[in-house]
Amino acid sequence: MRPVAVIGVGMTKFGELWEKSFRQLVAEAGLEAVRDAGIPGEKIDAMYVGSMSAGRLIGQEHLGPLAVDEAGLAHTHMPSVRVEAADASGGAAFRQALLAVASGAHDVAVVGGAEKMTDVIDQEQINTLATAADQEWEAFFGATYPSLWAMMAQKHMHDYGTTREQLAMVAVKNHLHGSMNSKAAYGSVIDAKTVLGSPMVSDPLRLFDSASNVDGAAAVVIADLETAKRLNPHPVLIKGSGSATDTLALHDRHSLTELAATRIAAERAYKMAGLKPADMQFAEVHDCFTIAEVMAIEDLGFVKKGEGGKAVESGMTGLKGKLPVNPSGGLKARGHPPGATGIAQIAELVWQLRGTAGQRQVQGAKRGLAHNVGGSGASAYVHILEGL
Amino acid sequence: MTQGPRFWRSIDQRYNLEGVKCGNCGQAIFPARTLCPTCRHLSVGKLAPFQMSGAGTVESFTVVHSPPNGFELQAPYVMAIVKLAEGPKLTAQIVDVDNADMRVGMPVHKVFRRINQDGEGGVIHYGYKFSARPVRGQGAKGQAPMPVEGPRGSHRSPGAPGRLG
Ligand SMILES: [Zn+2]
Repeated sequence: MRPVAVIGVGMTKFGELWEKSFRQLVAEAGLEAVRDAGIPGEKIDAMYVGSMSAGRLIGQEHLGPLAVDEAGLAHTHMPSVRVEAADASGGAAFRQALLAVASGAHDVAVVGGAEKMTDVIDQEQINTLATAADQEWEAFFGATYPSLWAMMAQKHMHDYGTTREQLAMVAVKNHLHGSMNSKAAYGSVIDAKTVLGSPMVSDPLRLFDSASNVDGAAAVVIADLETAKRLNPHPVLIKGSGSATDTLALHDRHSLTELAATRIAAERAYKMAGLKPADMQFAEVHDCFTIAEVMAIEDLGFVKKGEGGKAVESGMTGLKGKLPVNPSGGLKARGHPPGATGIAQIAELVWQLRGTAGQRQVQGAKRGLAHNVGGSGASAYVHILEGL
Repeated sequence: MTQGPRFWRSIDQRYNLEGVKCGNCGQAIFPARTLCPTCRHLSVGKLAPFQMSGAGTVESFTVVHSPPNGFELQAPYVMAIVKLAEGPKLTAQIVDVDNADMRVGMPVHKVFRRINQDGEGGVIHYGYKFSARPVRGQGAKGQAPMPVEGPRGSHRSPGAPGRLG
């Protein structure tokens, strides 16, 4: 496999974008990424689109050609396909594009991720998210997507003494980071009292422990390193990529306090990169709920199992800490359009590694890791990027 | 969303907690699978129906305050991951308990209940929930399953779920 780099990134503002359609969002993010790469559309060999549930949410499938068409590139007849892995669809699409370029099948590919959540009512959002769980053996009995993470939180607190306050600190930190990100859905700073006083969703998780599902799209342009260097002055190298799956139902897993898919995807990515957790200067992790970030920093190898809550409390994961986690604001403050999240994470890595992240810039960032999870952890994608 | 033949197909499992036992390695499996995850092709033709006792313990739990469609009238309700005495784990509601009394590790046993309804006047689905009420004569650590209680005469007629009204 040949080395591959990211040469362009783009992202719409995330949020309740009533005035914008799915296809407008896709085109807007794609255009920004291609402009950032500085290449003409005709240079693109293939497209990949990550989306969790456009069929349910906007009644539209067949998103591969939709993206090419909306970009005004139908005349190129380029191959384009939609990739689905629940809310890891973005990470999954990125990896498929990476494999295609690394293999030599394509030289330049665009990967987009998008979701339009707010065209449906809250109840339909709840039902849609539950489709990532086991419909017949979890959802049928009344389990919701938050309830699965809540059971992980309950067990983590039971086994390791992780506290309610530590979970709240994840949300507080990510909102602080998000307040420095003009594209984040939620720009306001919150305190622990706001989190602990917010409505209960699924005990012990409250509304402010949860990432909100919003509208948004993100896109990146990747190319083999040789082509990348020719086309763009600031390529960011993709050093490692790992993916893993696990049982669809949470109850079938050996442990409720780790995501084995995350741990194994990370091991695969570190191995490919020839790097270890300590070689990362920052990470964008999948904080769909506060507990998910606590478990992620453990499963990614940044701290020992059970010490994630204490690590957050110590300030280690803050912007000025030893390992800033979610400098973008994460899913919590940036907002979580499921299909777009994995690509938005890659975009943040690129901005940080180019040193253009502004107020939220991680000082001395040479390498960063992106971590995208599907559902309750049946899919996980980990990517490691390095500035050149 | 929960309607359709795919739920009728699994009615013995949902109503009676019937799984399979692998004739190759001996492990109990619930819900029934096409292949034993340990033996895979070696288990073909060797998975025999196997009745779970219904006794189990709570591995973890949550109280759901934001319910999906069909569960609005039950919220807040307890969902748990239950480890059955025979080994398999499953996700189910816990009943007969004060939500505040829920604990990791508490013993529970299977009961037969109405799960939800597809809208007003829609199909009613039945299946297992787990009760935290101690089994009489067994003390608080009762492990024996409670007798199955359900809608009279209806729970063995798959394909014809009850309708309200
Ligand atoms: Zn077997």
